[in-house]
Amino acid sequence: MAEVILSGLSKSYGATQALQGVSMTIPDGAFVVLLGPTGAGKTTILRLIAGLDRPDSGDVRIDDHSVMQDTPAQRDVAMVFQQYSLYPHLTVRDNLAFPLRSPIIAMPQAEIAKRVAEVAEVLRIPHKLDNKATALSGGEMQRVSIGRALVRNPRIYLMDEPLSSLDAKLRADLRIELKRIHADMGATFLYVTHDQIEAMTMATHVGVLDRGKLVQFGTPRDIYENPVSTYVAARLGQPHINLLPAAAFPGAPSTATQIGLRPEHIHVGDGQDATIQRVEHLGDQTRLHLTIGHYSLITLTQPHTALKPGETLKIRPHNPLWFDASGNRI
Amino acid sequence: MSAYSVTEPSKVSKWVAGLLVTLYAIITLLPLVWIISTSFKTGPDSISYPPKVFFEPTVEGYVNLFTTRTRPAVSELDTLPPPDGLMEEIARRQGTIITGPSRFAERFLNSVIIGFGSTALSIILGTLAAYAFSRFKVPLKDDLLFFILSTRMMPPIAVAIPIYLMYRELGLSDTHVGMILLYTAVNISLAVWLLKGFIDEIPREYEEAALIDGYTRFQAFRKVVLPQAATGIASTAIFCLIFAWNEYAFAVLLTSGNAQTAPPFIPTIIGVGGQDWPAVAAGATLFLLPVMIFTILLRKHLLRGITFGAVRK
Repeated sequence: MAEVILSGLSKSYGATQALQGVSMTIPDGAFVVLLGPTGAGKTTILRLIAGLDRPDSGDVRIDDHSVMQDTPAQRDVAMVFQQYSLYPHLTVRDNLAFPLRSPIIAMPQAEIAKRVAEVAEVLRIPHKLDNKATALSGGEMQRVSIGRALVRNPRIYLMDEPLSSLDAKLRADLRIELKRIHADMGATFLYVTHDQIEAMTMATHVGVLDRGKLVQFGTPRDIYENPVSTYVAARLGQPHINLLPAAAFPGAPSTATQIGLRPEHIHVGDGQDATIQRVEHLGDQTRLHLTIGHYSLITLTQPHTALKPGETLKIRPHNPLWFDASGNRI
Repeated sequence: MSAYSVTEPSKVSKWVAGLLVTLYAIITLLPLVWIISTSFKTGPDSISYPPKVFFEPTVEGYVNLFTTRTRPAVSELDTLPPPDGLMEEIARRQGTIITGPSRFAERFLNSVIIGFGSTALSIILGTLAAYAFSRFKVPLKDDLLFFILSTRMMPPIAVAIPIYLMYRELGLSDTHVGMILLYTAVNISLAVWLLKGFIDEIPREYEEAALIDGYTRFQAFRKVVLPQAATGIASTAIFCLIFAWNEYAFAVLLTSGNAQTAPPFIPTIIGVGGQDWPAVAAGATLFLLPVMIFTILLRKHLLRGITFGAVRK
């Protein structure tokens, strides 16, 4: 439990510039989610905080103390790797106990057993405790890997897509479980994901990375409603934000070249004619695929809509997002 | 995630494969069978022609291997008191009496000390070096690795004379330490290269996880890397031991008394009245055992293969 401050972190691997001057404050007790496509530098940030790699320049401070000279063990962080990295020669029980047996923690045996049992319960793997780590399914390995972080009480939890290979039900359950741990223990999390539901439901703050740069940092709401660029706007939202040339609709500001329309920015009833191409019933929502002139866009409508492909309706933008030629918000 | 498909081989191909394997086994095992059977023959049986496949087994060879004997005149033999113990009795049957123990046990012990000692040292140094080469940025890494391997590009005996002179100056001639160092020097290149291959195959994520879990690099090496490299270490150890155990040329040149190993000693076993082939065969048979036992003990590791299952690829 601690505040983590990154200032001016840069790191390159060979010719690849992985991070360029990333500064970010992860407040004590925050749940920070990092978003960005593969190669944006999300994992690099985790590795620099953990001490697995050294930045070329910049500083990492935990609890107002620079950890640049500290070993990973001294930094007292827990990390869940994207590759589960369970120790293959150990059982699940020994994998979970491994951090607690470290010379730094060296917890008494009885207490280790208790902690391991608790965590196994939370992750629903008590019946697998005596299995070899290699004799597990992908989802079980991932849970053990999360468990190895949860047995500890570190200053910050670093998680690299920890729920990515779980089935939908388990993912939803563990999402709530992690959120509960965050709330109950006041723990600080830095969490990498591609999943927008995870980002929106768990995060107190979202950081969006683009090719090694932090392009926006704020609350999930803020990132969703006030993206600074088309790049950030495209990171969140189901269905995806519609990006069309500004000329498709009247009323564009003079410098605007693109208009960004989320479903809530599309008012139905008056405006321009749009033709329905396809109606997708997803159960809780229904997606309409529309064409307006040469452009196609997707919006939402009532789950039980009577609309059919081929019909036309009138739409107009309502408080849309405008972007200039370089993709920045106006 | 194995990506090969297997078609059930036909009956004929199974038979052919079985036949070939059996033939190969017979060819390779024949010399062993010959040596072991000779060790249980009497002197005359061992050199009879055609060779005797069926014979009355005896442990004369083994008794002769461990003893020195003389052959007194027949009249003198009759005047001796009855034989004291089984060994004496077997010696008497050949018309000899035991005068004392041979040096075989000593030489055998030397082989054990030098063979296992140099294997252990090669493995310890080799594992540490291989780990460093595998994980750290070592300046001139490729050149160093090539240099280490290049020591293997000539027959070791080519440097026998310089080593002989060096050892004489350093007082290492005919010492256990000298032989252990020498065999380690020869084996280390093999050990570093083999072990580097095995350690390269162990994903770094395990150590990284251990570093974050509160362990130092050395502790992570010991608790995470070593157990997973066990397979590689075991097979490397077998190769090192086999070399050190069987090495003949340096042993002949550099050892004579104190630190002489079994290989140069066995051919010098001369019986009373001619080469004692059963005793030589008995020496060779006993000499096989430690390596065989060592290999069988480590076989589990050789067969088990390395498990990569717990890292998602």
